[in-house]
Amino acid sequence: MNTLLLVIALLLAAAMLGAAWVSIRVHRVATAMLAAGLVSLFASVMFLLLAAPDVAMTEAAIGSGLTTFLFFFVLGRVRGGRDD
Amino acid sequence: MIRNFAVLLLLLGLAGIFIHLMQGYIPATELNQSAHYYAAHSAEDLGAANIVTAIIVTYRGLDTLGEVTVLFLAATIIGMVLANGHKAQRSLQRQLPPSGELLTTASRLLTPLILLFGAYVFVNGHLTPGGGFQGGAILASAALLLLLTDPLKRFSHRLIAVVESLSGLLFIAIGVLGMVLAGGFLDSRILPTGAFGTLFSAGSIPLIYSLIGLKVGAEFTSMLNNLAETEKS
Amino acid sequence: MMDWIAMTTGFILILMGLYGALTHRNILRIIVSFTLANTGVNLVLVSVGYMLGRTAPILDKAVPMAEAVTRIIDPLPQALVLTAIVIGLGITAMMLTYAYKLYEAKGSLDIASYRELKW
Repeated sequence: MNTLLLVIALLLAAAMLGAAWVSIRVHRVATAMLAAGLVSLFASVMFLLLAAPDVAMTEAAIGSGLTTFLFFFVLGRVRGGRDD
Repeated sequence: MIRNFAVLLLLLGLAGIFIHLMQGYIPATELNQSAHYYAAHSAEDLGAANIVTAIIVTYRGLDTLGEVTVLFLAATIIGMVLANGHKAQRSLQRQLPPSGELLTTASRLLTPLILLFGAYVFVNGHLTPGGGFQGGAILASAALLLLLTDPLKRFSHRLIAVVESLSGLLFIAIGVLGMVLAGGFLDSRILPTGAFGTLFSAGSIPLIYSLIGLKVGAEFTSMLNNLAETEKS
Repeated sequence: MMDWIAMTTGFILILMGLYGALTHRNILRIIVSFTLANTGVNLVLVSVGYMLGRTAPILDKAVPMAEAVTRIIDPLPQALVLTAIVIGLGITAMMLTYAYKLYEAKGSLDIASYRELKW
């Protein structure tokens, strides 16, 4: 049981770091925003493993839900702003 | 080139500090003093099953009041910064293609359910995981679904302002009542503690958390509304 | 062991976020990097409160009132992080608003095109 949780935690950590790497290195802004939302989603599962269900709920609803939508709201308004 | 080198140097320094911190970290084996107090007393004194809720609403209620104020300030600043200019463009709104039948029907079906779930989450904040902030975010996500269905839909500023300021005022009024009837500002024991683990228990904690939920939901909705109003014609 | 994994991940996320914020030129990319660092800080804070073999600070039939002191983990960092996440959204929304206003003024999101405060 305990080793299973550890394996899940390791996988989550690897997935978070991978998504963060994508979010920093990718060229398109929209992909970077989605990857940042993915990091938040994995973080909320990690909070659940760390026995913090309240924080997990907040992170899932606010960190990965509303924040990503706010980003896309603004991205839709500034279309034509140069991607770098 | 020099700039990149400076960035690398800064990050290496920070990494050194972090590694030092982790080497000095010893996992605690028992609760420290304040956590011990919260664990031992919150259920008896306040009747709240969720200790995190007890801390947020009662033990550190003043922090929460300050936090809600910061959120209110952020929402106000967003409204103020985005305010000028969009009134003139209101008249020439462009015709958007209608959103699909699937999205319209689903949002009509789901919006009441999402609102109900948000209310459930913040009313049960003292018993189960969840509470005012999560419930408020869920309420705002119902508004988000409506905005996705109809990008030109606008929510009434007056309604948002009334809900927001009314719940804020009631929050402070309950806090002052705590000063008069119980031990101090935001003391939740102004109502009977009730049977442990039932909905109507834990004094005024469910009441305060519901008000926080409404306030947070109204603030997030006003942020979304203000950003949506920047839609150019 | 779990707290070590979470803490290391959180610290690396902070470093990655700061790296992104310092090296990107697009303002939206800088804001995305800041949210990454924000997630990292929250992860570190929650992992400090974790204790091996204990459960979440919610009392019910499985965790009776009398055993609470020896069965639950530290609830204080969780309360702090909960408020930090909500404030984080407020700050992000404000940064995005200013980014939009800057774009409206100049038609560009590249920080190299904002030279008013440069000397």
